[in-house]
Amino acid sequence: MSVARQEPCIVGVGQSEFTRWGGIQDRSQFQITAEAICAALRDAGLSASDVDGFASFSNDANEGPLMQVALGVPVIRWSSMVWGGGGGGSIAALAQACAAVEAGHANVVVVYRGLCQGQGRRFGRFSTGRTQGNFVNPFGLFAPPQMLALLVRRFMHLYPITEEHLSEVVLNARANANRNPRAVMYARTLSREQYFQARWIAEPLRLYDCCLETDGACAVVVTTRERANDLSAQAVDILAVAHGSGPDWGTGPLGSHNMPDDDYASTNSKRFTRDLFARAGVSPREIDVAQIYDHFSGLTLMALEDYGFCGRGESGDFISRGRIRWPDGELPLNTSGGQLSEAYVHGMNLLIEGVRQLRGESTSQVPNARTCLVTGGLGVSPTSGTILGRRQ
Amino acid sequence: MSFFPDEMPRPEPDRDDQGFWEACAQRRLCFQACGACGALRHPPRPICYRCHSVETKWVEAPSPAVVYTFCVVHHPNHPAVASRVPYVVGVVEFPSLPGVRLVTNITDIAHSAVRIGMPVSIWWDDIGGGMFVPRFRPAAPSDA
Repeated sequence: MSVARQEPCIVGVGQSEFTRWGGIQDRSQFQITAEAICAALRDAGLSASDVDGFASFSNDANEGPLMQVALGVPVIRWSSMVWGGGGGGSIAALAQACAAVEAGHANVVVVYRGLCQGQGRRFGRFSTGRTQGNFVNPFGLFAPPQMLALLVRRFMHLYPITEEHLSEVVLNARANANRNPRAVMYARTLSREQYFQARWIAEPLRLYDCCLETDGACAVVVTTRERANDLSAQAVDILAVAHGSGPDWGTGPLGSHNMPDDDYASTNSKRFTRDLFARAGVSPREIDVAQIYDHFSGLTLMALEDYGFCGRGESGDFISRGRIRWPDGELPLNTSGGQLSEAYVHGMNLLIEGVRQLRGESTSQVPNARTCLVTGGLGVSPTSGTILGRRQ
Repeated sequence: MSFFPDEMPRPEPDRDDQGFWEACAQRRLCFQACGACGALRHPPRPICYRCHSVETKWVEAPSPAVVYTFCVVHHPNHPAVASRVPYVVGVVEFPSLPGVRLVTNITDIAHSAVRIGMPVSIWWDDIGGGMFVPRFRPAAPSDA
């Protein structure tokens, strides 16, 4: 067996419906997660008996060993959970699935996330489980919108980044969601005036700078190129995948903010992005479409810089003049509506949209898209990213 | 009366950070440093990131501090702050203590007047039970 035949690819995607938080009450979070996995397997043309691995992140409560029992998976050879909170681990879970199939530990690994914020905790609220809670809670720094607003404020202080630039990220996402019937905000338009009139959450972030709080589940099936060749499903290549973290970020934005000064106002991604592009054999210029984690608008701008689409402090100018807009922009961004307007499934819906773009199935389809960047959560620890490619 | 209502979450010192809060209870802001090589670190943790010594010492922070960044919280994510919003959360640093910053509140100033780089002075907020929490307000000219 040649090494190349072990290269990982995505052969199936599946999801539940997406609703506003609390919208799914008739089924448990575990059930909709199981349903999303079944949908992904059907999409791939595989059955539960083909699965031999599970990978997830963000302390997903829908544990792999329990999912194995529920779905009747006979044997598990891979079971992994990425450390760290939030969505930073979404693509890192994909990386673990890739590592598993490339090394031969397992052959069919399902990466999944189920998140019903109406049934569990709301990530936008106070939680006693925060890392280093003693150094944030007594000061009223309770939740990610406030914690990451601190980074966005310094970013806007250091560089020519304006509220207009933040609004462009938000309005672009909504315009894309308005074409996507799966999006929670499909039927609700958003004007520039509505954006600026909305209430502050934590200055400099307004209401629409913050992602949705939703219920939903997503799953992606990873296997080898060799196995994919035997399936009828249209496979998407994982050209490269990476995750990591820089010094002191583990107690960073969600803790006491003691990251290094030279990348405080950043996404904690730049240490692996150069390698990511090198391993994929493409440059940022050759990326046709991007799904960049958009929990908060300002971090999406920082990511454009950290992933090398533009220089430090240039992301505001970069996104001006329609560059991220579908269909005519050079880099259509978050074409499903992203987490600002489609759903917040800790980034797994961005990964599904990346696959759809390369299969030609997006509701904001980029003609002849051959490469797509997808990132995991930004400004947390670890963060992660992948470059997907269309099979030739 | 303290800055936040009594229902506000309190520090719950653990084995690794109790030295920080014991100093606060005496109204002294002290950052942890390695007892062997002197490297500063925050939040407190039981081993030096540079030399792996488990010896620690405490270094008192000078005043004033400087605002490194801040946000203005308008949406109350916890019921205790519903009557307090909007309030300013700041991250401050101390020019003579490289490598450590503190999350705190910037008080006694209109939130629209807070600026990155402004000097701020510590004040101790009595939250009851013998515990004091460090918060900051604009430094008087004589402090700077």
